[in-house]
Amino acid sequence: MLPELGHFALILALLLAALQAFFGIAGPALQRDRWTAAVTPAVAGQFVMIATSVACLISSFVGNEFSVKYIAENSNSALPLFYRVTAMWGAHEGSLLLWIFLLSCWTVAVAIGASRLPPRFSARVLGVLGLVSFGFLLFTLATSNPFLRIDPPPADGADLNPILQDPALAIHPPILYTGYVGFAVAFAFACAAMLEGRMDQLWARWTRPWTTAAWAFLTVGISLGSWWAYYELGWGGFWFWDPVENASFMPWLVGTALIHSLAVTDKRGLFKSWTLLLAILAFSLSLLGTFLVRSGVLVSVHSFAADPRRGIFILAFLIIMIGGALSLYAWRAPKLRSQAGFELGSRESFLLFNNILLVIAAATVFAGTMAPLISDSLKLGTLSVGEPYFDPTFMVSTLPLLALLSVGIRAGWKRGRLSDSARVLLTALVVALMAGVILVFAIYSHGKVLSLVGGTLGVWIILSSLADPIQRLRRGFTLSRSVLGMTVAHVGLGLFVISLTTVESFTVERDVALAPGQRTSVGNYEFRFDGVRSIEGPNYSGVEGAVLVMRHGAPITRLYPQKRQYWVQRSGTTQAAIEMHNGSNLFIALGDELGAGKWSVRFQIRPLVNFVWLGAFIMAVGGALAATDRRYRVAAVPATQPAASGAPGEAPG
Amino acid sequence: MNRFLVPLGAFALLAIVLAISIKHSPEKGIIPSPLIGKAAPPFNLPVLNDSTRTLSNADLKGRWYVFNVWGTWCVSCREEHPFLLQIQKSGLVPVIGLDWKDDDAQAREWLSQLGNPYQTIAVDREGRTAIDWGVYAAPESFLVNPQGIVVYKCTGELTPEIWQTQFVPRLAAGRAGS
Amino acid sequence: MRRVLLALLLALGCATLHAVDTTELSDPKLQARYIALTHELRCMQCQNETIADSPVGLAADMRRAVREMLLAGKSDDDVRNFMVARYGEFILFRPRFSARTAWLWLAPGVLLIIGAIVAVRVLRQRSALVGQDNEPLEEDISRP
Repeated sequence: MLPELGHFALILALLLAALQAFFGIAGPALQRDRWTAAVTPAVAGQFVMIATSVACLISSFVGNEFSVKYIAENSNSALPLFYRVTAMWGAHEGSLLLWIFLLSCWTVAVAIGASRLPPRFSARVLGVLGLVSFGFLLFTLATSNPFLRIDPPPADGADLNPILQDPALAIHPPILYTGYVGFAVAFAFACAAMLEGRMDQLWARWTRPWTTAAWAFLTVGISLGSWWAYYELGWGGFWFWDPVENASFMPWLVGTALIHSLAVTDKRGLFKSWTLLLAILAFSLSLLGTFLVRSGVLVSVHSFAADPRRGIFILAFLIIMIGGALSLYAWRAPKLRSQAGFELGSRESFLLFNNILLVIAAATVFAGTMAPLISDSLKLGTLSVGEPYFDPTFMVSTLPLLALLSVGIRAGWKRGRLSDSARVLLTALVVALMAGVILVFAIYSHGKVLSLVGGTLGVWIILSSLADPIQRLRRGFTLSRSVLGMTVAHVGLGLFVISLTTVESFTVERDVALAPGQRTSVGNYEFRFDGVRSIEGPNYSGVEGAVLVMRHGAPITRLYPQKRQYWVQRSGTTQAAIEMHNGSNLFIALGDELGAGKWSVRFQIRPLVNFVWLGAFIMAVGGALAATDRRYRVAAVPATQPAASGAPGEAPG
Repeated sequence: MNRFLVPLGAFALLAIVLAISIKHSPEKGIIPSPLIGKAAPPFNLPVLNDSTRTLSNADLKGRWYVFNVWGTWCVSCREEHPFLLQIQKSGLVPVIGLDWKDDDAQAREWLSQLGNPYQTIAVDREGRTAIDWGVYAAPESFLVNPQGIVVYKCTGELTPEIWQTQFVPRLAAGRAGS
Repeated sequence: MRRVLLALLLALGCATLHAVDTTELSDPKLQARYIALTHELRCMQCQNETIADSPVGLAADMRRAVREMLLAGKSDDDVRNFMVARYGEFILFRPRFSARTAWLWLAPGVLLIIGAIVAVRVLRQRSALVGQDNEPLEEDISRP
């Protein structure tokens, strides 16, 4: 009963999405105010239908409704309750429903916030969002329906993929998708501006908080995925430049450029066509990512069991949405020239470099990810691209970016006046260099040139970001949320860069075969392997090893790595034992039993690795702070008033 | 004006590439073999049922043969087995087996239970020969001509369809020519 | 077919299990080369992993082949050529620089040059406009 209800609700949602799209776009275009007003009810109705559908699917999972094919493939009666709920988005069909649900949530949020926007404009935004929703709903109902039944129903399900039975990976898709889908809002704002034929600083101010919020979610989503890979997959790595990882990273890079470009458009009415293009590009990359993961054209451990039919559908959708938006762009963008000026050394010039370098970084990742596809399609033979390509080429654009960042943060609008900042910047650079040298030579006693560069850049970014805010606080000014958010985000980036450098340069790793009682030393630590014992969990059994960790002969802690075998899917996972000590992560994973109680064990000491994710998380917090700045929540400014670069009534800071 | 069309143009190119890649996607995961058109990698391995003999390329030169890689641990090999028996019955071309990383006793038991479609079976206990032939999944079947050149490789189960569309025509063409 | 393939890969432990390779060659330079090479070669069964990390038997066999070649004095390129001759270019994670891959390797540098040209043009244009607009000069960087 419930699955049928969910199915029916989805069909209704499809109809409502169609109405939403139609009224939202045709209403303002034909100047029919009744149609324009009909958009908001359509949004609300669609949300209710989709939420109902999701609730039905989750209830069916919890209720072990194995006559539903999707549930039979992804769940099991022995599966713990928490995972029976999260299994809803464990495979292709359900994760699409999650995508649609989150899009609906964003749409409702925009509809609520739209009370401050001119009604025709907001209707257009909601109309475009309705179009996206329509496409995804149609795709789901036509090719990926999670509510289909199978006959005869199996007695029990095939269980959720064991690597997904993990709390971090359970929440990774919702948060990641919230970010991915959030860029649809920026896209919708861009399309609305193009449809309206007008794009001004006010438009940028409206778009900024939504885009920054989506960016923050995407940052957290990607970090969660990376962190999960580190502790769950058992090889101690956390980024593999896997095509699906890249598919989420490219929108992030472009999204970062977008939030900065929006700042310039908001502030000075410049970079309008850049901002427009970036808004289209960010969401296009999200859609492209969806295509790559679900169409079967890429070899990846992440990709869903794919189907060329689905690929064709998504490609058609891509062509309509992206082709349509880019056509609008080609039509409208030429009229967007502004007459404002800026000098070399101004904030605008640095943000110009920022835009360019981030786009190049995204293009590099794009080239590497798509190269096998391109080479194969154009009959140039098989090509294979992995970490050894991405690592060096990515740095070509990002190292200059990081270097310019510290300087750019202190540049003023329009004229820059960098000479005023020269003393502060140089002092910061010298301190950073000293810190880098200490890091490379004193703390870790060896290193490469790149380690010094990375460490120095990271520290320099932090010092430069903090210099001005600290000065202002000293003088008794308060900091606005947007300044605070910017500072926090850049400090987070600096931490990220420092920790990435130490991890890449100073990780120590050894794989050793040990019998119970045997010791080995790795880095500054000694490890004694104390054998394994059998363990059993709710839906798995396995072994657990015990390792005593010592330093200079004195015991510090015990770690218990596990190896599990899940009964139903008959596949295993490695649960590495990880603990932080003195800033480094001690990582131990079991390998294979070598006979006579001997086991192969992986030891890894990763300095500061937790700051990689912490730094990223701090960046996201900065974004969240910036997105909730008071001035975005101020009542609507009528469109006729010129958006001056700073209303006189607002206190500095 | 022109430069604002660039993004659209670039996207059009991308869409074309993606469309082509969808067409090719069923073959993903199956890597074309670099051995096609080249000499079959030399090997000299013990024979399963006769510990005094070895089998090498030289023994096989001068006639067509199908080189089938299998193992008792391989589920798809079991599925492919009945068809291999049919090929043997048809007498069209001898099937030489490569028992890959397997246990001899288990292999003999397997064959006695299911039937032996192979003219001879070479045993690759260590997997070196398999690597030389670029084997990465079982079952795999190679078609080798009398000059010792690899003419075709089938990765995965050898189905009647693949046999009819890929192996038989090449055999026929080769034999007609010689 | 795809479903079977996927199930098979899961059963093999691709992506859920990993290999712990306890090989330790006595010469530290050889060991370093061994580690570098095994991280550059793709496992043909768990195609998303290197042979260093892949838990399947084929990966172990290939690691052994790399080891034997290194001990026999072969160069890194010899090892790569050996693998490519048998499995094709797909087995390398680092695409070799050739006429076919030149565009890929040169892309970042070329894009950087194009970006620099664009930046210079825009800056020239905009600096010329600086004195001409009547905007109130708000240069306070406290408002991002």
